[in-house]
Amino acid sequence: MSAKSYLEETHTAFGHPKSKILQWLLTIDHKRIGIMYAVVMFFFFFVAVGIGMTMRAELWEPGKQLVDPHTFNQLFTLHGVIMIFIFIVPGIPAIFGNIIMPLMIGAKDVSFPRLNWANFWLYVIGCIVALFSLWGENGFADTGWTFYAPYSLTTSTNVIPVLVAAFLLGMSSILTGLNFLVTIHRLRAPGMDFFKMPLFVWGIYATGWIQLLATPVVGITLILAMLEKYFGIGIFDPAKGGDPVLFEHLFWIYSHPAVYLMILPAFGVMSEIIPTFSRKEIFGYRTVALSSAAIAGIGYLVWGHHLFTSGMSDLAKTIFSFLTFFVAVPTGIKFYDWVATMYKAKIVLRAPMVWALGTMITFVIGGLTGVTITMIGGDIHLQDTYYSVAHFHYAILGGVVFLMFAGMHYWFPIITGKMYNEKNAIRAFALIFVGFNLLWFPMFIAGYYGMPRRYFDYLPEFAIYHKIAFVGGVMLVIGLLWMFYNLIQGWRKGEPSGPNPWNATTLEWHLPMAPAPLDNHTKVPYVDFRPYEYKHGEPVVKFDYETMRRID
Amino acid sequence: MAHEYVPEVAIDREGNEHLVQGWQDDYFGGKMGFWLFMFTEVMMFSAMFLTLSYYYTLHPQDYTEASAHLNRLLGGFNTVILLISAWTMGLGLLKMRSGDVSGAKKFILATMFIAALFLVVKGFEWHEEYEHGIFLGHGHLIEEGYPLGKKLFYGMYFTMTGLHGFHVLIGIGLMIWLLKRINAGKVTPEHHILHFNIALYWDLVHLIWVFVFPYFYMIGAAHGH
Repeated sequence: MSAKSYLEETHTAFGHPKSKILQWLLTIDHKRIGIMYAVVMFFFFFVAVGIGMTMRAELWEPGKQLVDPHTFNQLFTLHGVIMIFIFIVPGIPAIFGNIIMPLMIGAKDVSFPRLNWANFWLYVIGCIVALFSLWGENGFADTGWTFYAPYSLTTSTNVIPVLVAAFLLGMSSILTGLNFLVTIHRLRAPGMDFFKMPLFVWGIYATGWIQLLATPVVGITLILAMLEKYFGIGIFDPAKGGDPVLFEHLFWIYSHPAVYLMILPAFGVMSEIIPTFSRKEIFGYRTVALSSAAIAGIGYLVWGHHLFTSGMSDLAKTIFSFLTFFVAVPTGIKFYDWVATMYKAKIVLRAPMVWALGTMITFVIGGLTGVTITMIGGDIHLQDTYYSVAHFHYAILGGVVFLMFAGMHYWFPIITGKMYNEKNAIRAFALIFVGFNLLWFPMFIAGYYGMPRRYFDYLPEFAIYHKIAFVGGVMLVIGLLWMFYNLIQGWRKGEPSGPNPWNATTLEWHLPMAPAPLDNHTKVPYVDFRPYEYKHGEPVVKFDYETMRRID
Repeated sequence: MAHEYVPEVAIDREGNEHLVQGWQDDYFGGKMGFWLFMFTEVMMFSAMFLTLSYYYTLHPQDYTEASAHLNRLLGGFNTVILLISAWTMGLGLLKMRSGDVSGAKKFILATMFIAALFLVVKGFEWHEEYEHGIFLGHGHLIEEGYPLGKKLFYGMYFTMTGLHGFHVLIGIGLMIWLLKRINAGKVTPEHHILHFNIALYWDLVHLIWVFVFPYFYMIGAAHGH
């Protein structure tokens, strides 16, 4: 048995570097790459949080406080570009898809470890290019993260570097998805068929297809926009015979599936945590698994609901509206399955479970408000208001990011071998949860009364919503800092956790040691069991860790 | 710190042994990965074909007139030689599989030659357009009052043939790399996944052209000279 963890030794893309830093930079080990993604992503996450709070501070009162209107436009663009392209699109797949997914299926690494390494650096280059234009002559783009034509083609700010960056980040995302798809198809442990995979793997699998098939569309759209900007061909420019609405279509053909690309792995995290802390087999395994595939499939056909006010035909609107309602069906199935899993279970309220339960509340609000703006009539009223802003943040921050945090607490022992301070984790959660709701719930109301999004200024009657939101924002930021401080302290000084502190059943918890050894499982087990088998609150499947054979 | 695949077995409860698939030397994995990558390429070009077709519905007259102006002789010649190159590429792969490495190398060289010829012809064609004042950011395309549909058509023409040409260029680079790997003994009849994938790539490159050619050159053929 190898006694060294992945943190102590590694495989590199080439050479045998002695230097610890080079070993990290050149590593092809999926666990280390995941951690590097996390470091870069959370750095940018906090930058974007800071930008968000700057905007909130600016909106404390009507009129100008801190920044001028043009800077405000650049701020919300930067916030969106970082949060979407740099943080949440790579998001859970880049971190936990890398670190955990191969462990879950009993693989030694992803299918193409060197490609994985190259993808990480492509991602870093993308990040650098995106921010490069901050120091350029005309400043960062002021178009919003959607780069809608024709404004993005006429603005004097540096849109091109951001488009190039989004293209590079998209490329990295495509190849990561491809890598995971092949990994899941090829490297499952013997005996593990698709319906014995943990549900997180299903989430990553569905996501992989979206990354693969949707991302190239936006990639080429951004290239067309660049050519348009340089050569003035006329694509997307109505003055030259083009059609800007085509840009919106092509953009959302990717960017709407992209939100499912964000949420599906998050649902996967939820599907891991709920059975583990309910000590019960998940209710309706197949429906949870197949609903991921259904969401990915239907999610591809609903992009038009972003364009209800663009003058598309009533027939198209109706079709897109109905298709969007259908997405709520598999999502609802998942929620009922989770609730049914918890029914009459002995629920263990540890930090990951608390995060998951909190997310159930926030995501339901985010999801159901999404259904309200799917209705064409409602959407006409609420389009481009704070209502959409609140909906989006409830669904993505209150859904994806919260579940990412849940996953961080859940898989913390595998990654670090330590345990964080439970009490502080719960307190940080409480602060974030309350702050989050204070920050965004008032926006639903403000939006309903007509507060438009992306505005630098507002009428005095909206002041109260903005003030509450600012207070909530401050609480959220303090909570975030507290949570990260707690996790970092846990890594530095926490108690050793042992390989399976939660009594969980999936393969990543059957490692011989924590943190995970470099080559994962000592021996690959034969999988002839379902992922979440519990009996009387105890895991059914037990292994002899020397031979990895079942001894139950 | 290379890590070689160590053959491993998983043992089930009855004591039967099951071979564990490693990521190293995974022929089917390599094949599948490249097929998935082809899907991405197809989606990318599909979005451009969509754009192109949509603008055709807005400006049908301009499109046919602009198409009529393109040089069908050179375009057609390129179509033919690209199809031949797909054939030589396929033969090379067959040679490689049957163990004839030097024969495979000859066919790869032939494919590279045709690919280069394709680019040269394409260069002449673009030059001819340029002489007529038709090029991105040049002449008619930035002229006020030039029909909008024509601008769009030529804009898409240079974008798509340019991007296709870029793929051809990458293909040549890949084939040079492939020859190097063959010479280094890394690609052998037993271990030819790289050759297989590059052949697959080349198939896609010629297939895209098979769609590009009628979309651009043939829609105005009836009005052409």
